[in-house]
Amino acid sequence: MRLPPWLLSDRAGLVLLAVLALIGVGVPILNLWVPPDHPLHLTAYTVTLLGKYLCYALLAVAVDLVWGYMGILSLGHAAFFGLGGYCFGMYLMRQIGTRGVYGDPMLPDFMVFLNWQELPWYWHGFDLFWFAALMVLVVPGLLAFVFGWFAFRSRVSGVYLSIITQALTYALMLAFFRNEMGFGGNNGLTDFKDVLGYPIHADGTRVVLFVLSALALAGGYLACRWLVSTRMGRVLVAIRDSEDRARFLGYRVERVKALVFTFSAMLAGVAGALYVPQVGIINPGEFAPLNSIEAVIWVAVGGRGTLVGAVVGAVLVNYAKSWLTGALPEVWLFALGGLFVAVTLLLPHGLIGLLRRRREATA
Amino acid sequence: MSELISELDAAGMHPPVGPVDATHGILLYLEGVSVSFDGFKAIDNLSLYIGDGELRCIIGPNGAGKTTMMDIITGKTKPDTGRVFFGQTIDLLKLDEPAIARAGIGRKFQRPTVIEPLTVLENLELAMSGAKRLRGLMTTRLSGEECDRIAAVLDRIGLTEHGGRLAGILAHGQKQWLEIGMLLMQEPRLLLVDEPVAGMTPAEMDRTAELLRSLAGSHSVVVVEHDMGFVRSIADQVTVLHQGRVLAEGRLDELQEDPTVIEVYLGAGDAYH
Repeated sequence: MRLPPWLLSDRAGLVLLAVLALIGVGVPILNLWVPPDHPLHLTAYTVTLLGKYLCYALLAVAVDLVWGYMGILSLGHAAFFGLGGYCFGMYLMRQIGTRGVYGDPMLPDFMVFLNWQELPWYWHGFDLFWFAALMVLVVPGLLAFVFGWFAFRSRVSGVYLSIITQALTYALMLAFFRNEMGFGGNNGLTDFKDVLGYPIHADGTRVVLFVLSALALAGGYLACRWLVSTRMGRVLVAIRDSEDRARFLGYRVERVKALVFTFSAMLAGVAGALYVPQVGIINPGEFAPLNSIEAVIWVAVGGRGTLVGAVVGAVLVNYAKSWLTGALPEVWLFALGGLFVAVTLLLPHGLIGLLRRRREATA
Repeated sequence: MSELISELDAAGMHPPVGPVDATHGILLYLEGVSVSFDGFKAIDNLSLYIGDGELRCIIGPNGAGKTTMMDIITGKTKPDTGRVFFGQTIDLLKLDEPAIARAGIGRKFQRPTVIEPLTVLENLELAMSGAKRLRGLMTTRLSGEECDRIAAVLDRIGLTEHGGRLAGILAHGQKQWLEIGMLLMQEPRLLLVDEPVAGMTPAEMDRTAELLRSLAGSHSVVVVEHDMGFVRSIADQVTVLHQGRVLAEGRLDELQEDPTVIEVYLGAGDAYH
């Protein structure tokens, strides 16, 4: 098998793909086939935690595509992640069937509790896996397209655009908090039982979800890497560095922006959809403005405009978060803020930039 | 997905503008154009005609409206009144920036604007005409014909040996030439060139003059420039702009004798050598 040149020249990407292949095979073995008392055994908790990191990494890749390559600092990407999560959560809710507390065959528990008599129209179809899977792409994509179409056509950019994206995710959070919206209010969607007929808490299911997350990350990475290596990738850089130049060269800048923003939102939606069955819950907290900002920090730490850096940053920062919120929970937010300041001042090209500089210095 | 993309690509397209019709010998018409910003008349009833294949220099003190005029021609600014036509048939006021660029008008900015993280070759590829539909962008390869076009432009701007270098590390003059090369990749009929020799060494200025002169004939070239020595070296026809209007038009040596021109330049305190 011959690799295409755009992939062959991407050494960091090949390392990433090799690592993903390794853990995609290794983690299932260490969890399923190494006995629990063996020191190398991975617990189901660890598998899920790693799967969560991979979902965050895919979200970070989506953020890096629009921020690192096209110069759009989206502070609202968690909105697309959350919408993808909600779409898949709706499917998982419908899978519960009569096993809910109230045993209603149609209505999820929270609707029975609210005395609703029938399923709202927008919940129809979500009992079908293929429909829910499609919506995971369509809903975030559509919102991103409509939002992007209007914002980019009005030539909103820079800080103003970032603020609007924050408002977008904040507005979604407030909306989803309302019980009348029909998405479970502040409790969100939870108590999932199974996915495609497999019990959601079984080790085997968790391992499959983990492997799917690794595949989604690899696929998302490859798609973005290919995109930025095409002529389109050069257009994105031109838009980032000199929007007027791109326009006077004859490019329809707002259309390119809207399309790439939409694609990025779809990737974020897929990440959210894989995240929800692994953590077992989706609630409006996922739309919190801070979540989107965190995603940007992951990218900044890893190195923006590198794609691989986004993955590295997402995994490292989240590992630190898991560890710190366990050991010193009150310190986490300060550490995160400090990290952002430190990276901005000391490592403008992130960890990947640091590695590159090292290599150039020794070469 | 690819259908959606081509749909979107076609959706907002302006009706395809036909080829430029310069049968009357005039490529660009500006007639009675006015625009004001907050009450300030940046362009005041300006009329200007650029002949097909002509090399025209536009001079004038700061604030004369030179850059605003370029903004109007390229669609960045819409005038309050007036008509702007490209050839006999293309009404530029009905088109936006990308459509005007595709119709055949290339613009070089005052500050050299090349895409610094890309190589010289990639900058030229980016500017290449005929590849701006989305489907054409979804490729990583260049065809043989495209390679030839890029090589020809590289040769013309004298950067053949620098094709693989990043645009960001080029010398100032080389960046200016690269930007002119990017305009040429667009295969324009009209080139608008804003202060091409600002900050150049005399040797670089000579090469730039040679390059622009070689473009005239097959292209119309409009150069906005402060440097009188440079203007003298390239243009036979010069237009003096003052307070948004054409003050005088003619050969440079005639204009230098013109008392109103002298007064404007001395009054504005601008260098005039």
